[in-house]
Amino acid sequence: MKEFHGSQNYVADQELLQAVNIAMVLQKPLLIKGEPGTGKTMLAEAIAQALGKKLIIWNIKSTTKAQDGLYVYDVVQRLYDSQFGGKNVDNVEQYVKLGKLGEAFTDEEQVILLIDEIDKADLEFPNDLLWELDRMEFHIPETGRTVKANHRPVVIITSNAEKELPDAFLRRCVFHYIAFPDKELMAQIVRVHFPDLDDKLLTQVLEAFYKIRQLPQIKKKPSTSEIIDWIQALVHGGVDPKRVVKEVPYLGVLLKKNEDMDALRRTWR
Amino acid sequence: MFEDFLYLLRKNGLKVSLTEWMALMEGLEKNLHGASFTGFYHLCRCLLVKSEADFDRFDRCFLEYFKDVPFQQEVSQELMDWLNRPDVLNDYANYDEAAALRALGLSEEEIERMLKERMEEQNEEHNGGSYWVGTHGMSTFGNSGLAPKGIRVGGQSMYKRAFRVAGERKFRDFRRDNTLDTRQFQVALRKLRQFSGLVDLPPTEFDVDNTIKDTADNAGMLKVRYKRPRENTVKVLLLMDSGGSMDYYSQLCSALFQAVSKSGHFKDLRVYYFHNCVYGRLYKDPMLLSRDSVTTDWVLSNIATDWKIIFVGDAQMAPYELMGGYYGSGRSDGPQCGMDYLKLFRGRYPGCIWLNPSQRPQWGQYWSQTYDDIARLIPMFPLTVDGLEEGMKKLLAR
Repeated sequence: MKEFHGSQNYVADQELLQAVNIAMVLQKPLLIKGEPGTGKTMLAEAIAQALGKKLIIWNIKSTTKAQDGLYVYDVVQRLYDSQFGGKNVDNVEQYVKLGKLGEAFTDEEQVILLIDEIDKADLEFPNDLLWELDRMEFHIPETGRTVKANHRPVVIITSNAEKELPDAFLRRCVFHYIAFPDKELMAQIVRVHFPDLDDKLLTQVLEAFYKIRQLPQIKKKPSTSEIIDWIQALVHGGVDPKRVVKEVPYLGVLLKKNEDMDALRRTWR
Repeated sequence: MFEDFLYLLRKNGLKVSLTEWMALMEGLEKNLHGASFTGFYHLCRCLLVKSEADFDRFDRCFLEYFKDVPFQQEVSQELMDWLNRPDVLNDYANYDEAAALRALGLSEEEIERMLKERMEEQNEEHNGGSYWVGTHGMSTFGNSGLAPKGIRVGGQSMYKRAFRVAGERKFRDFRRDNTLDTRQFQVALRKLRQFSGLVDLPPTEFDVDNTIKDTADNAGMLKVRYKRPRENTVKVLLLMDSGGSMDYYSQLCSALFQAVSKSGHFKDLRVYYFHNCVYGRLYKDPMLLSRDSVTTDWVLSNIATDWKIIFVGDAQMAPYELMGGYYGSGRSDGPQCGMDYLKLFRGRYPGCIWLNPSQRPQWGQYWSQTYDDIARLIPMFPLTVDGLEEGMKKLLAR
């Protein structure tokens, strides 16, 4: 069994690496929670890349049903075909299309399956997947076929805690909460994105960034993706590092709410 | 092996099941903890705890159970910075410890309980003084202080009196009994729904799935199906205390208000404001302008009994403001005081709760009297995510 040690484009702390490896060894889905912008979705990509496996992403929306991930039986197409002729309608198999979960099961090799933002779906959604994730198989009554996983996929599930997940589902998962990175880790993360960044600028940026995040008045705290965008803007604009903490140029990249900007202006001085 | 730990966790409200415990055993067998104590801690947490809200509770249990195992304490930089103040390590040579101990007369349990309370209240640095967690001074908590007994939080063990170093609890902020933001309120409010396909409505909604299914079953001959629309039948009347002592909680109340008004899944929603207690008039605006007001009688007669009533207020006022005749209706057959108005609401509406952003006052009877009176009449819940969930359950119970 290969172990995950982070990848070139993804910096993970020790706890996270351990959680990923625990999930892989115990063959349980890994449930990842964390503030927006802490790289939950990126993690699956990094794991896939590091282990050299294919990544299948199942994006969950509010209308997604568990059934969609297994298979879709295209009755309408069959109806059309029956009325206009042409195909052999008796062969039901050709109207059954596998969903993302089905795809992951039937793949020739072991794949990484990312179930992204599971909390977006209906409250009952995770419960509907219990059996399938446990046994890694499902049955298609229309054709009488049972789809069984050739290789147990590594399942990664992300959640933004919009809805609570049912206990029965949680019991089967390995849980990890991605805490917001501290200065040191953040410096590493920034280095990955900007290998040639000026040291002085980086220190200034980090100082300003964490100072802003610590202000209790700020309601929507800037996250990792915002600091990356900000640095991009600063580099592009050729801003002098000395000005960063004092003036906070391109503030709009960091703070997205009017109240927050006002709050910052009031307290900074 | 250490099954007691499982029971300790369960006793402390962590819902750890046998499935998870077996997974932990399997993990240990496969050496997933890498034979290190930190690794073991992470392995336990990954498998046994399923929400960051429980991390704090888990940390405390872990500390309690494995406290004799030496390991590196993690204490937050912020708290350490407050407490790491060599400049305050003065000479306390003439301090009479025995006398101070007698004067305080605190047991270890009391001190622990006080620290817990204090941790919930404190949000800034304190040095000196006898109350907050900080350096110096007579407080029972913090370090370098004079208190004869106490819990040392960070710093050097100067006087060796601290009987316990309270581990910094990194995930304290995630505890669910904390008061939290709009989104979490919204999630809690979503529990307040009574979906009913039995509403007295004709089946008007086009049922795509069944139409396709039946048409297909019917060998392609179109067969149209309709279904009854499903909708939330819950109607909510929100009555909020405004002004005075409620100003401290304005942010919290506004979060609740936003969550209620934005959730948009109630069939109907009305919001009125009052000050201290409901009297003869209810106001449409938190500024309590009388031109934007309606009489309470009007509300009582126009809001049907199937509405859910949610009061929000600290329920703390001078006793005469609740019981005094000055605030009555002025009619001999009408309500004589604020309490009577509340009784009218309680009597008319089966679904009725009171959400309180404040804790019950600890000192003196003056402020707690009205709190208790109201709590006896109307089921009262703290305005926290947990409290809100409990309240929603109460509203839905028949």
